[in-house]
Amino acid sequence: MKFLKDFFEKTEPLVQKGAKYHWLQSVHDGFFTFLFVPKTTAKTGAHIHDYIDMKRTMSLVVLSVVPALLFGMYNVGYQHFKAIGELASTGFFDLFFYGFLKVLPVVIVSYVVGLGIEFAFAQMRGHEINEGFLVSGILIPLVMPIETPLWMVGVATAFAVIFGKEVFGGTGMNIWNPALIARAFLFFAYPAQMSGNSVWVALGKNDVPIDGFTGATPMADAAAGNINFNVADAFFGLIPGSIGETSVLAIMLGAFILIVTGIGNWKIMISTIAGGLVMGILLNIFAVNPFMELPFWQHLLLGGFAFGAIFMATDPVSAAQTERGKWIYGFLIGILAILIRVVNPAFPEGMMLAILLMNTFAPLIDHYVVQGHIKRRMKRAQISA
Amino acid sequence: MSEVIKLKKGLDIKLKGSAEKVLETLQVPASVALKPTDFTGFTPKMSVKPGHEVKAGDALFYDKYHPEVFFTAPVGGKVVSVNRGERRKILEVVIETDPNAGSVEFKKANPGSLSSEEVKEQLLKSGIWPFIKRRPYGVLASPEEKPKAIFVSTFDTAPLAPDYNFIMEGHLGTFQTGVDALTKLTDGKVFLGVGEKSVFTNIKNVEIKKFTGPHPAGNTGVQIHHISPILKGDVIWTINPQDVLFIGRLFETGKVDFSRVLALTGSEVENPKYIQTVLGAPVSSVTDGRLKKVEYKQRIISGNVLTGTRVKPQNYLGFFDSQVSVIPEGNEYELFGWTLPGMDKFSASKTFLSKLFPKKEYVLNANIHGGERAFVLSGQYEKVVPMDILPVFLLKAVLANDIDKMEQLGIYEVIEEDLALCEYVCTSKIKVQDILRTGINSMIKELG
Repeated sequence: MKFLKDFFEKTEPLVQKGAKYHWLQSVHDGFFTFLFVPKTTAKTGAHIHDYIDMKRTMSLVVLSVVPALLFGMYNVGYQHFKAIGELASTGFFDLFFYGFLKVLPVVIVSYVVGLGIEFAFAQMRGHEINEGFLVSGILIPLVMPIETPLWMVGVATAFAVIFGKEVFGGTGMNIWNPALIARAFLFFAYPAQMSGNSVWVALGKNDVPIDGFTGATPMADAAAGNINFNVADAFFGLIPGSIGETSVLAIMLGAFILIVTGIGNWKIMISTIAGGLVMGILLNIFAVNPFMELPFWQHLLLGGFAFGAIFMATDPVSAAQTERGKWIYGFLIGILAILIRVVNPAFPEGMMLAILLMNTFAPLIDHYVVQGHIKRRMKRAQISA
Repeated sequence: MSEVIKLKKGLDIKLKGSAEKVLETLQVPASVALKPTDFTGFTPKMSVKPGHEVKAGDALFYDKYHPEVFFTAPVGGKVVSVNRGERRKILEVVIETDPNAGSVEFKKANPGSLSSEEVKEQLLKSGIWPFIKRRPYGVLASPEEKPKAIFVSTFDTAPLAPDYNFIMEGHLGTFQTGVDALTKLTDGKVFLGVGEKSVFTNIKNVEIKKFTGPHPAGNTGVQIHHISPILKGDVIWTINPQDVLFIGRLFETGKVDFSRVLALTGSEVENPKYIQTVLGAPVSSVTDGRLKKVEYKQRIISGNVLTGTRVKPQNYLGFFDSQVSVIPEGNEYELFGWTLPGMDKFSASKTFLSKLFPKKEYVLNANIHGGERAFVLSGQYEKVVPMDILPVFLLKAVLANDIDKMEQLGIYEVIEEDLALCEYVCTSKIKVQDILRTGINSMIKELG
């Protein structure tokens, strides 16, 4: 690998400011630092630094999403062949391969568009490329219905990266979770294409669905008062839904990785789930329709709740920053998600909106937690005086 | 000493190369130097010129704003040069030592029988005063102020830090004399922070507080926070244990004796051990012939690896430092470094396999292992700061230059060393200590 290092070192002067290929600097730097941890040593302050960096952190998040991604691919195939009535005659690898070919373009579009913009902004601003999009780039496909047109994925990604992140100054400065901005953008900009029953299951032009096929997600059915899903299917993920959100099991695997490595915040995960359960119980108590009567714990298996609680709400940048704030933030997400889901018929899924709403309020929560901290410090003042 | 203050937060960084409890005494080096740059926010005025002969204890320079604060020659000899940097800033005042130069005679007395003013005058004239640091801000103590307390931490929890229990062997009497002098400088108490096993527990005229826990439990900043928090307007002084010995010797012998024991530590040292030398000794006198002979670059640090100053062999040791650490420079690229499982990579995070071997000692180099980013992760700093302080919010207040917020969030209670671990653990590689010092400087500028 010495030739690679030599290549990058030799080309480094060519991309410096004023040199001929300066416009390639962020690309050069991006690939160089991807391959090699830089030789930068501490100039001031502490002489030693932890081995962890943003690349390792973000790559671990990507790793934790992989089970959900792989299962999503399988499920796309599963739903497709189930819809056309050929499930029994199709093998595991055919199911997976069908889904793989369907999902891969979405992932590629998301990464190419997002990273392209990220590189361009890094070049314009003269800073290093942020790793944040490595995560957003995989989360965006996973929250898309499989039949979302690729151009929409591209437009939504571009919108999310530019208006969700770069206008605020890039990774670390954004207020909202960029992946959810992409989802919300599509939801409000192209409501016709993004809802209804035709987007959740991949069907070709010539595919004829079997009798009784609706393509509706169990949640949409439930919202219509028609509760007929299999709890085990919902847990393992063999139900229609956005690509990566259906399997609670795969998501739990991801949660395990995030918690063991300490990268994902368990407080937010737990409090979000607690909030969802509390709201579910309240709705059960005051139930006036079949959806409100849905056993409270089954809400956790439906829609994007689990995916949102584990991968979206825990985004450290857009979540609350204080430890106490994290409990409040997560709990309110859980409450709002289920409340919106059940009570508001206009929005079939409340998780996205609940997280975005709480992203907006996270700084306010932090503000009050910090004020409380300051008050406590001042009180300490009076005691010791 | 009834209660033990148990601290949970913090981090012990296990490095290879802790000093063996063996003391080697060096001869007086050919030259010594004082560096005005060791003191933050200090403007020196020269009292001598190159060519002047000085005795040990003769003033070399003084504080422009407090002309009574002298900085004196640690060893007698001839002033050979005043090295200046940019804008004629004085960097080093170098003395060529002369064994026959002698010392200035000060008053020999039991400090217990002296008045507060007499003790103060003796410390100022002898050049020992500058060893006292003032909190808030960690700057030179002003002779006009009366601190509400004086803190001495008798244990150092920093990586590879010297063990004062070992250094103080046979010197506790002198330490007591030094402490007796300190008690004259405050109307409040002198607090002694002691660690788990301590030889200091029999020291009199002080209040002893026991602390347990990982680094930074041994920092005076942390101890002050738990015993006598600094509020607006409060002044507390701190001094290192070996510097208390200087005071003790001054009153016992009437002469200055700035000999000091250093721990020579780090993975690049052949035989890490304790070395007795004198204040301001050249780095080379301590490191020459004692480092491993290697192909790669080594970094010599006067102080510990978290807060020390990078020095070259031709430089001089820092005024406050009781430790020299030598680690690999690490100025090399590492292929896919961020993806490797990391059996040999110590980390505070749980993302490396090294976490499975909690007792192992590591060789850490000076590479920062990544690129600098904006604040992304939260909750990381809080885990290594055993104080009721929100480090990220404090640092953001500094970045926004919001004086009120800095004050409310506790800038009076911390100096660089207290947040040094934050800089170590930071995933975003943020220069925590630089930012904090910027904040402290703007506090000094705005509020004086």
